[in-house]
Amino acid sequence: MSAPIRITVNGAPRELPAPLTFTQLLGELDLAGRRLAVERNGETVPRSRFGDARLADGDRIEVVIAVGGG
Amino acid sequence: MDKLVVAGKAYSSRLLVGTGKYRDFDETRRAIEASGAEIVTVAIRRTNIGQNAGEASLLEVLPTSKYTILPNTAGCYTAQDAVRTLRLARELLDGHALAKLEVLGDAASLYPNMPETLAAAKTLVAEGFQVMAYCSDDPIMAKQLEELGCVAVMPLASLIGSGMGIINPWNLQIIIDRVKVPVLVDAGIGTASDAAIAMELGCDGVLMNTAIARAREPVRMAHAMKLAVEAGREAFLAGRMAKKPYEASASSPSSGLIQKSA
Repeated sequence: MSAPIRITVNGAPRELPAPLTFTQLLGELDLAGRRLAVERNGETVPRSRFGDARLADGDRIEVVIAVGGG
Repeated sequence: MDKLVVAGKAYSSRLLVGTGKYRDFDETRRAIEASGAEIVTVAIRRTNIGQNAGEASLLEVLPTSKYTILPNTAGCYTAQDAVRTLRLARELLDGHALAKLEVLGDAASLYPNMPETLAAAKTLVAEGFQVMAYCSDDPIMAKQLEELGCVAVMPLASLIGSGMGIINPWNLQIIIDRVKVPVLVDAGIGTASDAAIAMELGCDGVLMNTAIARAREPVRMAHAMKLAVEAGREAFLAGRMAKKPYEASASSPSSGLIQKSA
């Protein structure tokens, strides 16, 4: 087990155990199985990569959903 | 059958509706159903974390089997943010390419920033998006969006959420006459007659949200808008009579009148 990583998720800082995949991150955030999309440092992360792509220290993560709008 | 064709797909309804400002998802669902709309806009926003875990999601209310979801870039003030938002939307919606681009110029007027809109449209088209672009009612801007490859241009009737109706029908008419892709009036519709007028001008469709959601009875207004868009379209296709401002013309025969009294 390596040192924890510090990331921001939707603007809020978080410290999480590493290594951490996106699937694990969403589990930690209680968002597993939700219909959402994820961006890391301004780049969309394809869902197909959630299982193997790993978070890195300093990552800025955005987790978005569809909401009512015009 | 008279269909609206956007990016090669035919739709029976020429009314597109938003999903914002409703009391709850049930009212959203009922209003959209009453509107008859097939294309429905949604916004992309940060999800709540650590709360509302069991919360229903808007996309459950809007099954993709029934509706074409049109993600928007509402709230974006730069081309870059709009492009980021739609890339996320495409991932969220399983590669769905149809998108509503809007890049705003300022928070008070929500007027579109056209240089940023054009820049975003160029990038998005290159990335394979089918862009329906919210724009000013400037015919040159609309034409440039078309030339960049947008699948529809959507000039405002008046400011977003203002309900002021069609401020400049003449500009809309020029856009309708010059642009070959579908022209949809987006923003500013207040009531049914506004939608009918847009369609009578020859618009291919109308997109609205607040006029329905902020009506006293949204579901009823949604139905009114459905009828208005259909009536306006029919009137456009039927071809209105010429206006004759100084020339009355009786509809009843001038002959066969009963004897005038002495």
